[in-house]
Amino acid sequence: MIDVKNITKRYNGTVVVDGVSLSLPAGGVISLIGANGAGKSTLLSIISRLLPMSSGTVEIDGLDVTTTPGEVLARRLSILRQDNQIMSRLTVEDLVAFGRYPHSKGRLTEDDRGHIRNALRYLDLEPLAGRFLDELSGGQRQRAFIAMVLCQDTEYILLDEPLNNLDVKHAVAMMKLFRRTADAFGKTVVLVLHDINFASCYSDRIVAMRDGRVVHQGPPEVIITPEVIRDVYGVEAQVMENAGQRIALYYQ
Amino acid sequence: MKTLPIATLPLATVGIGLLAVWSLFVGVSDVSLATLFGGGAADQATQVLLVSRLPRTLALILAGAAMAVSGLLLQMLVRNRFVEPSTAGTAESAIFGMMMVSLLAPEMPVFGRMAVASLCALAGTGLFLAILRQVPLRSPLVVPLVGIMLGGVITAMTEFIAYRQDLIQSVRGWETGDFSAILLGRYELLWLSAALTGVAYLAADRFTVAGMGRDVATNLGIDHRKVMALGLVIVSMTTAAVIATCGMIPFLGLIVPNVVSLVRGDNMRGSLPWVALMGAGLVLACDIAGRLVIHPYEIPIGTMMGVIGSALFLYLLLRRNGHAG
Repeated sequence: MIDVKNITKRYNGTVVVDGVSLSLPAGGVISLIGANGAGKSTLLSIISRLLPMSSGTVEIDGLDVTTTPGEVLARRLSILRQDNQIMSRLTVEDLVAFGRYPHSKGRLTEDDRGHIRNALRYLDLEPLAGRFLDELSGGQRQRAFIAMVLCQDTEYILLDEPLNNLDVKHAVAMMKLFRRTADAFGKTVVLVLHDINFASCYSDRIVAMRDGRVVHQGPPEVIITPEVIRDVYGVEAQVMENAGQRIALYYQ
Repeated sequence: MKTLPIATLPLATVGIGLLAVWSLFVGVSDVSLATLFGGGAADQATQVLLVSRLPRTLALILAGAAMAVSGLLLQMLVRNRFVEPSTAGTAESAIFGMMMVSLLAPEMPVFGRMAVASLCALAGTGLFLAILRQVPLRSPLVVPLVGIMLGGVITAMTEFIAYRQDLIQSVRGWETGDFSAILLGRYELLWLSAALTGVAYLAADRFTVAGMGRDVATNLGIDHRKVMALGLVIVSMTTAAVIATCGMIPFLGLIVPNVVSLVRGDNMRGSLPWVALMGAGLVLACDIAGRLVIHPYEIPIGTMMGVIGSALFLYLLLRRNGHAG
């Protein structure tokens, strides 16, 4: 369980995250949505200890993220931010193999190699395994980073806009993969998403933020409604139901 | 791609070995297999070999490998392709330290001098990193420019004091690498830099992860600050040891890691042995060339590397321009 208590983050007096408390049970896909600047990415970075909070506490299964040793957390929680600028010339396989670092410390076992093979296969990266990252397209690189994080095989997987740079085919494949990771392996996948319809179709639970606060949370049928969308984004939307899934139309 | 390194790493080692043997037999004094095992002059030839040639060759290998690996480390830690100890204020700060010791404690043994130079190098590199945090980095080329400017300021301070205290000659000696004065008993400090290179190899995975940036490193459970600190200490001590022994070898730490990166990539576990070997090889080759070009005189290696290195560097710069960074 991820237990966020009263998190506030200030930058030079500007409040970006404003007293957020949230408890996310283990298992399932959870999406964080909200307008630009609502504080989603900041909150995700604080939960994953990449950013210090101004006040408040975060506990992962009872472990305080600010005091628990980094290597212990790295076996329980993984995080991928957006815009991963990497200067190093690593091959896709090298990068994915580093996902095993928290477990193997560089000495790969047969078990580690199995994880690496699976991650490459799930993300359709086998033909690219020997290529250097700087020879890939943006979408291929994004998949390689996600493969690294999945290879880390942690209970909690946090991803900031994982669908960045992906075409429709790979975006759908990615969301299905997250669903499967949660259903078949019991993992907890927390995503920051811009596309509310992907959030609607694939999440167990949606958390909506506005101006640094959590304003709504619940299952898709509670969140994907014209009222909530108006409140969160300030746009008028129609919501349609199709085969049990709720789709918001807000294009006009 | 995967089997290539296994097949060619021993091959490259043999090549460097041959260069090293050649290096043993180049010089004014007549040292050859005939004189070594032959009649009257054998004693003298053995003497020259053991006291001068062998230490010189070892010093070339150790310094070349260490400086090339230092360049690689700095590039990973700063996450910029164009930094090395002489474009990050490290070398200039070490020279400042050497000069201050000559001025204030001229009797200090060489190990103490090196320790002071290391501390200065660490402080100078720290200052470089602190400046980088304040400057908007619009282009990867801004980073080495900042380092070169910082180095220029430190050199100006060094030379101002050295000029007034009549130490210019010593300062020039540290600024320009030269192996002609290496004798038995005057190069052993370089074994320390070899040991530090070994430490860098043991921590290679951590440095590779640190090279992916603070966020990725933290995600993988690595204490980014500790790895940075370890790397900077290795780079500072290595640079100081090389400068105290034979003087600065420019461009080495820039060219070798860049060439190896193009071919082998940046996974340091695999690339570091190559960087060390190629560094040693390039220095050996430059030194042999410098000894042959105007035989029986010689051109110091700092000058040789300056000429060859700047040409190679320009090539790399223009080549990489498309996707610099």
